[in-house]
Amino acid sequence: MIYADNAATTQMYPEALKTMSDSAREFWGNPSSLYSHGQNAKDLIEKSREEIAAVIGAQPSEIYFTSGGTESDNQALLSAAYEGKRKGRMHIVSTAFEHHAVLHTLEKLKKEGFEITLLDVHENGITVPSEVESAIRSDTCLVSVMYANNEIGTVQPIAEIGRICKNRNVPFHTDAVQAVGHINIDVVKDNIDYLSASAHKFHGPKGAGFLYARKGSKLENLINGGAQERGKRAGTENIPCIAAMAKALKISSDKIAENAAVTSKMRDRLIAGLSEIPHSALNGDADRRLPGNVSFCFEGIEGESLLLLLDDKGICASSGSACTSGSLDPSHVLLAIGRVHDVAHGSLRLSIGEDITTDEVDYIIRSVKQVVGYLRGFSPIWRDLVSGKKEFIL
Amino acid sequence: MALYSEKVIDHFRNPRNVGVIEDANAVGEVGNAKCGDIMKMYLKIENGIVKDVKFETFGCGSAIASSSMASELIKGKPVSEVKKLTNKAVAEALDGLPAHKMHCSVLAEEAVNAALEDYSKKTGIEI
Ligand SMILES: Cc1ncc(COP(=O)(O)O)c(C=O)c1O
Ligand SMILES: [Zn+2]
Repeated sequence: MIYADNAATTQMYPEALKTMSDSAREFWGNPSSLYSHGQNAKDLIEKSREEIAAVIGAQPSEIYFTSGGTESDNQALLSAAYEGKRKGRMHIVSTAFEHHAVLHTLEKLKKEGFEITLLDVHENGITVPSEVESAIRSDTCLVSVMYANNEIGTVQPIAEIGRICKNRNVPFHTDAVQAVGHINIDVVKDNIDYLSASAHKFHGPKGAGFLYARKGSKLENLINGGAQERGKRAGTENIPCIAAMAKALKISSDKIAENAAVTSKMRDRLIAGLSEIPHSALNGDADRRLPGNVSFCFEGIEGESLLLLLDDKGICASSGSACTSGSLDPSHVLLAIGRVHDVAHGSLRLSIGEDITTDEVDYIIRSVKQVVGYLRGFSPIWRDLVSGKKEFIL
Repeated sequence: MALYSEKVIDHFRNPRNVGVIEDANAVGEVGNAKCGDIMKMYLKIENGIVKDVKFETFGCGSAIASSSMASELIKGKPVSEVKKLTNKAVAEALDGLPAHKMHCSVLAEEAVNAALEDYSKKTGIEI
């Protein structure tokens, strides 16, 4: 099996898995208990917090453990929004291609009377900082722009947006779920006030993540109860997952430059190979993208059948086509970068890890070429395009 | 794969009657690229019998499987019977489709009917 869907989730590092089972076995006391058996578990959590904070340039007291990226996004957005409301500021700036964890939370806020501006991300899938600047109003209470997009992999100009938000005195959140552990992040240098991360995207366990909230930023509880996480996230801590997340992040960040160099070389080999397929196009900027992300549209075919046939060849990939999501509309991300429906249905995302080999990359290229050719062979759209009845878009 | 029945997977992997009939006397095309599935059915009708059938499909796994199954169900059948083909029959013959994929079987039924209408229009023969 060739796993090329690391943006969906990653396999846990064996060391992180070991940390998980070791800590579940040895540190099973309740961290809120006074005896040393409980306090040892508490120490493990605090050590994990310190390690994680160090990776993104934060203070340990600014890290809150959550159940993952979705919860972190929800808590960051709702916290900043309700703080804004208390001050009479009910306008939020974000982008059209955020993850649903952000977009659906914004929809909820809209129903509560907030005004939402979703910025265009243009054909290359990159937010323009000056457009963030012009969108900010006197009543803007939050800017939320993802660090890197989960479908097309484009990396956003976070430092520039952070500087603008700082100058305009507006809290800045970034959904960095796809970026943490893959590209270097410094919350201080980038002027980030809230940052969401998820362990299973960097070879940690599923159902674990963290929220960074800069000292002084408001945090609203989503989950009420005990005084865990300094009163901001109740519930007995998931010690094994927290420890394993810290371990996975330490491993991936220690090798971050090395991994990025290897992976981006393979990515570019994939992009070059797939570009040979006629009437295809890379989605998103070719340079400003995650080291492991390859996203294409192939005209005349549909993504789900492409994925099923690649699966038959032992390749795990994903698509933004409608039929893989259960709705009739293709992915909002592809539509946001201006891909029309016809083309957006024929999308393929390959998200590779540092362990992929050249042989595997070449096998993927051969397989995609073959499957796309096969599907076009009995596609009525392709027939119309080739016969000139319809005009090619790509 | 658990999403689909083995029959669907079989018809998806080895679709029957794929292709074009150059001298078809009944052609029906339904669906659109916006919703993500398009089916085109080519029939050769002789003496009231569907002598030959071929299809082309742009769509997901179940769209391809539905067209393939529909083509099998109507091949060699009298047009009066073909007209009665329902999406339910297509789905049942595939041992079921996931709820959100039922529209693919509907498309197969519509493609067959569109071809029959085309035949009536061309020949003046009521079916
Ligand atoms: C950009 C982005 N944000 C948020 C999430 C949600 O993270 P989680 O699965 O940890 O809830 C994901 C993962 O699917 C993601 O890619
Ligand atoms: Zn479909």
